[in-house]
Amino acid sequence: MSYDNELYQQVILDHNRNPRNFREIKSATHSCHGVNPLCGDDMTVYLDVDSEKGVIQDISFVGTGCAISKASSSLMTAFLKGKSLEESRVIFNEFHKMVLGEFDPEKQENHLGKLKLFLGIREYPSRTKCASLAWHTMIGALDRKTEGVSTE
Amino acid sequence: MADPNTALADKSSLDVEKIRNEFPILSKKFNGKPLIYLDNGATTHKPKCVIDRVQKFDAEEYGTVRRGSYKLSERATQLYEESRQKVADFFGTPDRKEIVFTSGTTQAINLVAYSYGRKFVKAGDEIIISNIEHHANTVPWQVLCEEKGAKLRVIPVNDDGELVLEEYGKLLNDKTRLVAVNHVSNALGTINPVKEIVKMGHAAGAKVLIDGAQSSPHMQIDVKDLDCDFYTFSGHKMYAPSGIGGLYGKMELWESMIPYVTGGDMILQVTLEKTTYAKPPARFEAGTPPITQVIGLGAAIDFITGIGMDNIFEYEKSLLDYGTRLLQGIEGLKIIGNAKEKASIISFVLDAAHPHDVGTLLDQDGIAVRGGHHCAQPTMIRFGVPATTRASMSFYNKYEELDVLAESIQKVIKMFS
Ligand SMILES: Cc1ncc(COP(=O)(O)O)c(C=O)c1O
Repeated sequence: MSYDNELYQQVILDHNRNPRNFREIKSATHSCHGVNPLCGDDMTVYLDVDSEKGVIQDISFVGTGCAISKASSSLMTAFLKGKSLEESRVIFNEFHKMVLGEFDPEKQENHLGKLKLFLGIREYPSRTKCASLAWHTMIGALDRKTEGVSTE
Repeated sequence: MADPNTALADKSSLDVEKIRNEFPILSKKFNGKPLIYLDNGATTHKPKCVIDRVQKFDAEEYGTVRRGSYKLSERATQLYEESRQKVADFFGTPDRKEIVFTSGTTQAINLVAYSYGRKFVKAGDEIIISNIEHHANTVPWQVLCEEKGAKLRVIPVNDDGELVLEEYGKLLNDKTRLVAVNHVSNALGTINPVKEIVKMGHAAGAKVLIDGAQSSPHMQIDVKDLDCDFYTFSGHKMYAPSGIGGLYGKMELWESMIPYVTGGDMILQVTLEKTTYAKPPARFEAGTPPITQVIGLGAAIDFITGIGMDNIFEYEKSLLDYGTRLLQGIEGLKIIGNAKEKASIISFVLDAAHPHDVGTLLDQDGIAVRGGHHCAQPTMIRFGVPATTRASMSFYNKYEELDVLAESIQKVIKMFS
């Protein structure tokens, strides 16, 4: 017997087991601390941005949380590496709206690629913040939110 | 191993199937599966007799209390006070005026922090809580201490989740104004030795409040025997509607305390210059109370006392033992809270998966558990975990449901490894 769950797909389980870019960037140009006070997820996102080109050269995270928040962070860092700041903000918006159920990448043109994996989370309102914490923290880093971000 | 169901049938007069039939929601399906409700520590479901009583009251008997001169209001007032009497009987006080209704334990503790604390706690005084309290029995005291310049002190727990009474003894001194601890910890299930805690607190000259939110649904309570000064409860955790609860307090304390919420119904006389306050309990029940909910609470108390608190405790204890044995046998599962005296709560963590993932996946099998910090973050910090999964059982749960729980946990572990 096992679970067949649209949320916990193999890719997500794999990124939970072996998170990519799970490290600190010592020479980070941007970083931010994000928490989800309701469930205790806690992470820091680091970025190394080439300010002249406006490109994310490197991005990473460290922290603790559930499988969804870890996999989301891991997939986010893998996806955004090499992207421009402008693109990254567009992707953030689409992702954020997708998990809230306000944007349907199956019907609307989008830039989400593999991140569409998280579409299923709109069926689990209590878990959407698990998926979006990394993204809010990444935007918090770009916006230089030195006080950190919180999902509440 | 003997079939615990037959063993139980011999021992206890509790007929689980018959009881389950009283709860309409237990025959509903969720995610296509029968509901296995193991979040009774958060809130409990309502038996038909409570649902029906509330419905009948609203349909045929509803009226304002303590005000009208007409039959409907007089009758509603009478029923309202009869419910208070049931609560008084349930907690073991002969004087129903020692029972004050609030919306639940949170408001009950805030009431004491205000009405007792604002009057009697001074700069330099000390208040003692424990390391395994609900935030509802933590934050009001922090706020009071900050406001008054008093000091909050904390009874430590050992690795099994039991309060260390020797350390409590050392914390007590002539500055201790109040001790506030729970009877049963909602995060770990520990049953605290509250009678001893009260005795020690009194010997130091302190008043003692017991947070009874998690104990009142599960065991016989006798506030006079405990000799506590305050004892709180939440109706929604004891099969009554939400929005009603309250607390017992000793009459001499009530009489000395200032009102918390002010307005109508709590006064003796109001002129534009001065107001004199009504006697307890009215002094602490300003405004129109949740009348229907109070009537529902009375029906819920009739229901559980009809089953018998000792029967409930005994049956839930065997559920706890059965569930504990099952879960202990799962590799990669660790139970947090292994006190010798425990109520029917099992909190655990898995090496493989975070409590939130566990909660979402168990839900697929129709199992409702709580994953999180259970409003007890200092407890989580003490045990070095961000959160736990908690299965909290009621007398309407069955051994077979715990079998399903154990199987589902195994599936989660398999999925994540
Ligand atoms: C031990 C304890 N104290 C206080 C509370 C707060 O009760 P309520 O939410 O009913 O006010 C709870 C409920 O979660 C509890 O378990």
